[in-house]
Amino acid sequence: MSGRILVRGATLPGGERADLLVEGGVIAEIGGIADAPGAHVIDADGLIALPGLVDLHTHLREPGYEQSETVLTGTQAAAAGGYTAVFAMANTFPVADTAGVVEQEQRLGRTAGYATVQPIGAVTVGLEGEQLAELGAMARSQANVRVFSDDGFCVADPQLMRRALEYVKAFDGVIAQHAQEPRLTVGAQMNEGALSGELGLAGWPAVAEESIIARDVLLAEHVGSRLHVCHLSTAGSVEVVRWAKARGIDVTAEVTPHHLLLTEELVATYDARYKVNPPLRRAEDVQALRAALADGTIDIVATDHAPHPVEAKECEWDAAANGMVGLESALSVVHQAMVETGLLDWAGVARVMSETPARIGRLAGHGTALAAGAPAEVTLYDPSAAGEFDVARLAGRSANSPYLGRRLPGRVVATLHSGYATVLDGVVRDAHEVAGLAASASNGGARG
Amino acid sequence: MRHLLATRDLSRDEAIELLDIAEDMAAVQEREVKKLPTLRGKTVVNLFFEDSTRTRISFEAAAKRLSADVINFSAKGSSVSKGESLKDTAQTLQAMGADGVVVRHPSSGAPLVLATSGWIDAGVVNAGDGTHEHPTQALLDAFTMRRRLHGAASRGRDLDGVRIVIVGDILHSRVARSNVWLLDTLGADVTLVAPPTLLPVDPSGWPARIGYDLDAALAPAPDVVMMLRVQAERMHAAFFPNSREYSRTWGLDDARFDRLPPTTMVMHPGPMNRGLEIAARAADSPQSTVREQVANGVSVRMAALYLLLSGERGDA
Repeated sequence: MSGRILVRGATLPGGERADLLVEGGVIAEIGGIADAPGAHVIDADGLIALPGLVDLHTHLREPGYEQSETVLTGTQAAAAGGYTAVFAMANTFPVADTAGVVEQEQRLGRTAGYATVQPIGAVTVGLEGEQLAELGAMARSQANVRVFSDDGFCVADPQLMRRALEYVKAFDGVIAQHAQEPRLTVGAQMNEGALSGELGLAGWPAVAEESIIARDVLLAEHVGSRLHVCHLSTAGSVEVVRWAKARGIDVTAEVTPHHLLLTEELVATYDARYKVNPPLRRAEDVQALRAALADGTIDIVATDHAPHPVEAKECEWDAAANGMVGLESALSVVHQAMVETGLLDWAGVARVMSETPARIGRLAGHGTALAAGAPAEVTLYDPSAAGEFDVARLAGRSANSPYLGRRLPGRVVATLHSGYATVLDGVVRDAHEVAGLAASASNGGARG
Repeated sequence: MRHLLATRDLSRDEAIELLDIAEDMAAVQEREVKKLPTLRGKTVVNLFFEDSTRTRISFEAAAKRLSADVINFSAKGSSVSKGESLKDTAQTLQAMGADGVVVRHPSSGAPLVLATSGWIDAGVVNAGDGTHEHPTQALLDAFTMRRRLHGAASRGRDLDGVRIVIVGDILHSRVARSNVWLLDTLGADVTLVAPPTLLPVDPSGWPARIGYDLDAALAPAPDVVMMLRVQAERMHAAFFPNSREYSRTWGLDDARFDRLPPTTMVMHPGPMNRGLEIAARAADSPQSTVREQVANGVSVRMAALYLLLSGERGDA
């Protein structure tokens, strides 16, 4: 395919119709475009054009857990879901706690060419919560790390958390906290409440999340730092963040698609596809999270895409791994939970799934409004498509999706990254083709 | 009946049918030849992922008295501890042609996963899963109560209006859960008494009254007091300060036992911690049903295996 792409008749997030001409890695022209000789034309009649989605919370599993996912397969899943950039969590093996590991991850992403891979650095060495990792070295590395997280584990030691928050001020970094008081969640298996008591599963109480968020916003206020809260899951957490923002504390928060749609009742099947950390909560929590995303208390949607092999889920509940894949389904889930309910319009979707996550992560070249001169990072979404979400929609290595067999609206038709298509007609393009396009794009745009 | 996984799923009629069949089985136990040919040629596997000699031999006796072939698969200490999964184990049993699998597992829900996974065709009996359910224990408890109350006229009876107090570690007890659902289905009036730390955080959906005061619960002279085993490791996790305080506050000690009328049954699923949750005098008194519970366990498990494995299997 040529380096020119003409997107014909797309609907922009604001509702107006426009053609987009993509050339040289940027949106060269936007509006009514009469003709673009030699361009590959995408008929976008009825499709919504969004700035390429940005996921602040992805587990790519490489290095170390390649049986679950690799940078290549994870970014293929990202592209299938309309993502053009993913922030890769640090809980790989070895842990992303040194400049070497984060640079390697970024390089693997660039070579694969499906999406920008922006590594997240670990806060503590080996995610062990004892000693600060080389935050400065990772920040100054080629990977240019700005987000630091021990995700999977909470930075539970208050003194260590304080120091981390302070230290990253030197390079405008942010600590993304997995808020889970470990002593209150020993052996925890599901949301603690009436249902956990009936099912005989050890409870994960809301207070274990809320107490850490409360502590951390106060710490962030005290030291004047920036805090990001990962996968907020309870109505009480929403109240704490709302209070902190009203007080002027520099805090941002994310919610996962699954916490916007699914509730703990699914656990009664003991089907481990529904096992996730933080756990699925009550319907009241889901309503509070949706309202908070709509009113801006929660800033962004982040997938917490967590691939696991079949054997980690086809087993008894206690033995199963936590986590769900989410990149491929995220936009459809947000469509159902937020757009169909009238809580968010498509401009709002662009804000919470592209613009704000890029800004929180200080990622240049992503999350900018579709305009002439903007980077050619574009997602084309068909909101009228309908049907069962099936395994054919999954493009990563793992199939632990809680949505299989469930009706979800919409479908990603095309994803443009760095000026070339990674997904066309709803199909993820071949890895060799995309790697070739990526190589030529980075060689200064020898297109044609 | 396709599987027996939880008392929560049992209707009143199903429960009474099972208890009535258990009466027939108990009658067989009183004969000189205790064995029935009903399950000849069938294979029952006792799949125990957790040590429980009492429960296992009870199921073993039940299956043998129905003439089934019994295989004991003690997964603890075998290949399971080397990483063989529930799925692999199940497929092994399937390949061996098991007709019934009696499963004890430390994870809540494991029997349901086994029954619904498609890994095996066998009927599954839950012999205790994690802190979830232990349906045959609750059925034998109900059977024991019914027999004490109605004797030879037990058949067809429920437990309408029978007042039962269950005391102890409700939070971690599968016996308590199975009893609460079954006793409610049979019309009984259930009160749970425990330290607040050993109750689920929100038991509002349970068909039972909840209290912290054992003396208040015993004052109206209930028909049954069921004491649950308290495990020593709970002390270390700060569920209660120490065994002295526990036994003083929530134990059936001599003074509390003496205040009960002689008609009150004293039950315990065993094994007992004498001197902790129950005093020796109460445990060995004529009011105690502990040994009957053991004998009745075989009859009830025979009834369960009979319903699952003989003749046409239902869909449910």
